[in-house]
Amino acid sequence: MQYQAPTRLDDVAALLASAGGHGRVMAGGTDLLARFAGGMPRPAVLVDIKRVAELMVIEQDSDGGFTVGAGVCGAAINENAILRQAWPGVTEAMDLIGSVQIQGRASLGGNLCNASPAADSVPALIAAGASCRILGSRGERTLAVADVIHSPGKTCLGTDEFIVSFYLPPRPARSADAYLRLIPRSEMDIAVAGAAVNLTLDDEGVVVSASVALGAVSPVPLLVPRAADVMLGTRLDNDVMVQLKSVVSASCRPINDKRGTIDYRNHVAGVLAVRAALIAGQRATAKERA
Amino acid sequence: MKHATKKPLRSVGTRPVRPDGIDKVTGRALFSADFNLPDALHGAVLRSPFAHARILSIDTTRALALAGVKAVVTASDMPAIPDDKVMINAQPPDFRDMSANILAREKVLYEGHAIAAVAAKDAETANRALQLIDIEYEVLPHVIDVQQAMEPGAPLLHENLITKGINPAPVQASNIASRHEQVHGDVELGFAQADIILTEEFTTQPVHQGYIEPHACLARVASDGQTEIWCSSQGQFMVRAYCARLLDMPLSQIRVMPLEIGGGFGGKTTVYLEPLAVLLSRKSGLPVKMQMSRADVFRATGPAPGSYISMKIGARKDGTLVAAQGILCYQAGAFAGSPVRLGCMTAFAPYDIANVKLIGYDIVVNRPKSAAYRAPGAPMASFAAESLIDMLAQRLDMDPIDLRIRNAAREGTRTAYGPSFKEIGYLETLEAARAHPHYAAPLGKNQGRGVASGFWFNIGGQSSAALTLNEDGTVMVATGNPDIGGSRASMALMAAEVLQIDVSQVRPQIVDTSSIAYSDLTGGSRVTFAVGMAVIQAASDMVVKLQERAATLWDVSVEHVRWQDGCAVTDVEGREERLSLAALAAQTAKTGGPIAAHVSLNAQGAGPGFGTHICDVEVDPDTGRVTVLRYTAVQDVGKAVHPSYVEGQLQGGAAQGIGWALNEAYMYDENGAQLNPGFLDYRVPVASDLPMIDTVLVEVPNPRHPFGVRGVGEVPIIPPLGAVANAVSRASGVRHVDLPMSPPAVLKAIQRAARRRR
Ligand SMILES: Cc1cc2nc3c(=O)[nH]c(=O)nc-3n(C[C@H](O)[C@H](O)[C@H](O)COP(=O)(O)OP(=O)(O)OC[C@H]3O[C@@H](n4cnc5c(N)ncnc54)[C@H](O)[C@@H]3O)c2cc1C
Repeated sequence: MQYQAPTRLDDVAALLASAGGHGRVMAGGTDLLARFAGGMPRPAVLVDIKRVAELMVIEQDSDGGFTVGAGVCGAAINENAILRQAWPGVTEAMDLIGSVQIQGRASLGGNLCNASPAADSVPALIAAGASCRILGSRGERTLAVADVIHSPGKTCLGTDEFIVSFYLPPRPARSADAYLRLIPRSEMDIAVAGAAVNLTLDDEGVVVSASVALGAVSPVPLLVPRAADVMLGTRLDNDVMVQLKSVVSASCRPINDKRGTIDYRNHVAGVLAVRAALIAGQRATAKERA
Repeated sequence: MKHATKKPLRSVGTRPVRPDGIDKVTGRALFSADFNLPDALHGAVLRSPFAHARILSIDTTRALALAGVKAVVTASDMPAIPDDKVMINAQPPDFRDMSANILAREKVLYEGHAIAAVAAKDAETANRALQLIDIEYEVLPHVIDVQQAMEPGAPLLHENLITKGINPAPVQASNIASRHEQVHGDVELGFAQADIILTEEFTTQPVHQGYIEPHACLARVASDGQTEIWCSSQGQFMVRAYCARLLDMPLSQIRVMPLEIGGGFGGKTTVYLEPLAVLLSRKSGLPVKMQMSRADVFRATGPAPGSYISMKIGARKDGTLVAAQGILCYQAGAFAGSPVRLGCMTAFAPYDIANVKLIGYDIVVNRPKSAAYRAPGAPMASFAAESLIDMLAQRLDMDPIDLRIRNAAREGTRTAYGPSFKEIGYLETLEAARAHPHYAAPLGKNQGRGVASGFWFNIGGQSSAALTLNEDGTVMVATGNPDIGGSRASMALMAAEVLQIDVSQVRPQIVDTSSIAYSDLTGGSRVTFAVGMAVIQAASDMVVKLQERAATLWDVSVEHVRWQDGCAVTDVEGREERLSLAALAAQTAKTGGPIAAHVSLNAQGAGPGFGTHICDVEVDPDTGRVTVLRYTAVQDVGKAVHPSYVEGQLQGGAAQGIGWALNEAYMYDENGAQLNPGFLDYRVPVASDLPMIDTVLVEVPNPRHPFGVRGVGEVPIIPPLGAVANAVSRASGVRHVDLPMSPPAVLKAIQRAARRRR
């Protein structure tokens, strides 16, 4: 296995293209190295992307949108107070990954491209309406995060393509998001179920836009528009939450495995969605007061 | 409080930095996988993919033909164990079983069971060679559940296994290896006196000891047969004895070098790799190093048995326990020998109950052979007993500590397993728990507090220590017991105490099997007590010798020499003369040569230990997730020689017990293969799962030890199962009788109870 650490975007694309399907991008390596240790065949070329400047920056545009480099580690994301303020759900989801050591390495790009149904940051990114900038040897394209994962372990990226950065759109006032997951332990575990909710309220406290995304309850992270619709035009009252819970539970398509049963996952996804919605609602209201 | 020694202690009870501390913190300490020799081959083990299968044939030809492969061994290379060599002094372990566990003969009995081993020039070659070993299997139906294994039609692991302990002996083979009965008083009479009778069934899952360091060893066999083994274990003498027995070698031909041990908790009181490494080295003529992966550790070592327990207690209205009865079924794993007898003995030991009848069954199933784990057999039995006592407290609306105090065993109480207790400190732990601020702290919504107690015998045993006085007056303390819990520090402190010198002048050392006389292994909470006795005795012998040497130098009779502050002291014409340890050490040539003291003894009089734990939890009623909010472990430790390491024992035991109670479990697929052989999905608690575990050291001295020491390492893993279960039960309003109390299990119990209420 050949190790390469280019510093320019174009070189990453070129290296991947010349590897002809035998190249692999490495960001933090927290998934990749563990897989190598577990016996996964090594690629011919390992392309470390952490030296490319575009992949390692967090920038806010004049309109309030954020560009987050695909290789930025979790710790750097959570040290960015402005990003945290604007996207508390996305940042808390990233913060849940691993331990202090893992946080110094793990990236959003790696979490997405590992394509695990249980990846923590992915539902939050999907609920946030995030998109990603993808570069390949034949040029560039932009894709919604929701469309990147094809099936467990597989993305729709070409063998010469990689993610440069994520884009989080500008937020209206009184917007906030939240992400919750259930694990039996308190950290160092894989989500049994996860739920992200992103809300915008009007000045009366009524939900004017909403999105709900779930993790670990279907082959790929799931956007649930029906669950979002339940909240639209409401103040997240009790009866709405009861309805949200049942819509979410009914939307799950989980499997039975060593981490959870179908029944338990369906139930817990509903519980988490309600809790995340209430937290997002409180955060949005608090922003109004701030 | 009573005191064993009247003299104030200068070293015992202090908290110096442990002698092995810097090495361990800086990574300099050599653990088993850290030891290498030039030219060492890499040894690898082929393991069964099936839970239960007959081995029809093994062909190693292709593996041996692979370039770089130097040796292959199978069960046919292991000597058959003759009838008179199956056990030592009729005590377990059973070496025929151990041999068949190390390399399967005729049948594989669990997924992960070793079948063959290879030594090759590197790991890659060794692993490729494993794939070239051709084995024909006849896959057999398997059974992993203890209750299913007892059923008449269950697949039989050992076709000739006739249950021991039943009269007349059954004619049919079964998976029930033995039946053990323990009767005290008359339970029928007892229950007839009861106003309240509570009956419940409990289950617990097997749990792994979870030591951080996987098993590893390096063996080198010379052409004359002299064999050296470097490994970490709970006893270098154990490794020597077991290898000699399994490989039919004289003990004098084997030398075992103890390396640092990264946790054992009972799981390293046996051998897995060492005999294989010796065989491979003997065949290849080169040193052979072997190492388990974490998955190997889970698939082929440990665990503590799982259990099914049905239990019943009877009490009067005032809370007096009058009878207890139960059936305990423990899963031994693939070979007989679970500690179910110890479960029967310990379950109700904290209580003075006139009538107790417990029956234990030892059951074989297609899982790894169970191994000792702190207080073997006690935690699961205690979980059942302490749950019932908590249920009784709830029924009587009585404080659970008051109920225990009412029934507590005291000095003179006759135990259900036979002997009467001498000086014990159980009551003191209950009183300290009741007085602790934790016990009075308010609880919030969905929160609950659980209390449970536990008992462990503690043992003494054969122990050796050698003290040598260096030429500069510093002292070496050599012992033959691996330091698992800070015992080097304790040995140094006790030697320093007797010699009345600063502990920094004492250097403790764990030495190999050729450098000191035999010692039983490190286990049973015996080392600080028993090996400590040998150290104390050796230090006392050394003091006598030093006084004699001083008497020679002063030319006075030895009766006129006393030992004080690390000096020999005498009065000459009303004036005090002193000779320091350094001065005496410098003049040994004049007084008869070097000064050393070697003591080997069989320590008697171990003091039983009792603990009482308090646990607060919060249960999330919507997800079933349990958070441990606060935890306090109270224990009678006799005398804490190094209080920090005693507290560490209590905290570690509590942490392991909490894991056992909440989330640790093996998962199997339908073929009996483990699904979670790693720490990601075998969930021992991580640091953030636990609150700081508070400890209270109660010191009721053991009068049969010079400093009052009792063993402390095992008691603290016993109460947590009950304490957590009682807390979760009180927090959720539902009694939890099945461990682990994982989120789905707790949620299910809550939902079931809610439906019943409707
Ligand atoms: C101890 C531990 C705990 C963990 N806990 C969690 C957890 O709680 N939640 C969770 O979701 N995950 C967890 N993980 C998994 C992992 O840390 C995360 O998925 C992490 O975000 C991966 O990021 P990385 O940068 O390390 O990815 P890498 O390992 O570098 O890459 C992962 C995959 O993505 C590809 N890739 C990486 N970057 C790009 C890119 N820019 N463009 C295209 N492909 C790319 C790689 O080729 C590889 O296939 C844990 C891992 C460990 C070891």
